[in-house]
Amino acid sequence: MFAEVVSASAPTSVSAAGGPDCHLMSGCGFPAPGAEIFLFEDIFTLQLASLEFGFSKVTVLLLLGVVAVVGFFTYAFRKPKLVPRGAQNIGEVGYVFVRDGIAKETIGHGGEKFVPFLFSFFFFVWVLNFFGILPGAQLPATSIFAIPVAFALIVYFTWVPLGMIKQGPIKFFTNMMFPPGVPKPMYILLAPIELISNILVRPFTHAVRLFANMFAGHLLLATFSIAAFYLISASVIGILGSVASFVVTVALTGFEAFIQALQAYIFTLLAAVYIGSALHAEH
Amino acid sequence: MSLLAELTGSIGSIGYGLAAIGPGIGIGIIFGQGVQAIARQPEAYGVIRQNMLLGFALAEALALIGFVVPFVFGA
Repeated sequence: MFAEVVSASAPTSVSAAGGPDCHLMSGCGFPAPGAEIFLFEDIFTLQLASLEFGFSKVTVLLLLGVVAVVGFFTYAFRKPKLVPRGAQNIGEVGYVFVRDGIAKETIGHGGEKFVPFLFSFFFFVWVLNFFGILPGAQLPATSIFAIPVAFALIVYFTWVPLGMIKQGPIKFFTNMMFPPGVPKPMYILLAPIELISNILVRPFTHAVRLFANMFAGHLLLATFSIAAFYLISASVIGILGSVASFVVTVALTGFEAFIQALQAYIFTLLAAVYIGSALHAEH
Repeated sequence: MSLLAELTGSIGSIGYGLAAIGPGIGIGIIFGQGVQAIARQPEAYGVIRQNMLLGFALAEALALIGFVVPFVFGA
């Protein structure tokens, strides 16, 4: 999707800042970061028959995310005890949060079955988001558009067939298009809007919401860290600006930590809302 | 065809600014009303908070789409 940006910005190995000597008074303009900070060269490629798999930083972070989530919860629940201690405590708090806070409240009756699905999504998305402020990783894997798209498609192909099974293949769409309690003539306007917004716009916004939040947050952090570096110069205003930018970077890191958890929560919450709408028609 | 007017420069930034107006108002209303609802009925905090965040996410998506579009479709 960033095809134009790729061709515009020379090779992909651009250092995000303008170079080690690029400062306020050295005559180079502010090297504002753009979409090129989300492009990574492949570390190695894997040839499988006619398919080529490129492993970049993002792939590594994805695999690390899987290992972290699976590893932690396997460890936490390896020997479950009636009175939880240590890691099991944390794991249970997370589980109860997803079960009571998301599944039961949003889906209601029949929500129990979807707790593992939502639980996996919540923690996987959260860990991938958290890589954005983890020193060494410094890249939220969900800021690469393909990843939220894949997540949103998994959710989409869960709730649409589910609704077709629970409500009937035709009834599912008519229930969606003709919500009760609306004056009859309004359906001319309402039915197509409801259909488009539920079938087409939902998966799109579901993916874009997560992607854009992480993308914007990462770009914001990059802008202020580059500013802190760029403004270092032999001038009062430069030093003041640099210190201010650094402080803002630290503050924004804390803010990002909050946004990352919130977005993981919202992603899971919306998945639960969609599943709930498939299970019970509005009435 | 002759051009009557042309815009150049950071149109994407202006577009984002315009796209942020609506969601800004919307998010303000959502949290304002949400806090009011919690103040009136503190025992319903869980349900109110959940719906507040849901509404916030839906409104915020518009601003974020406005933010991303200039990057995607180029300057």
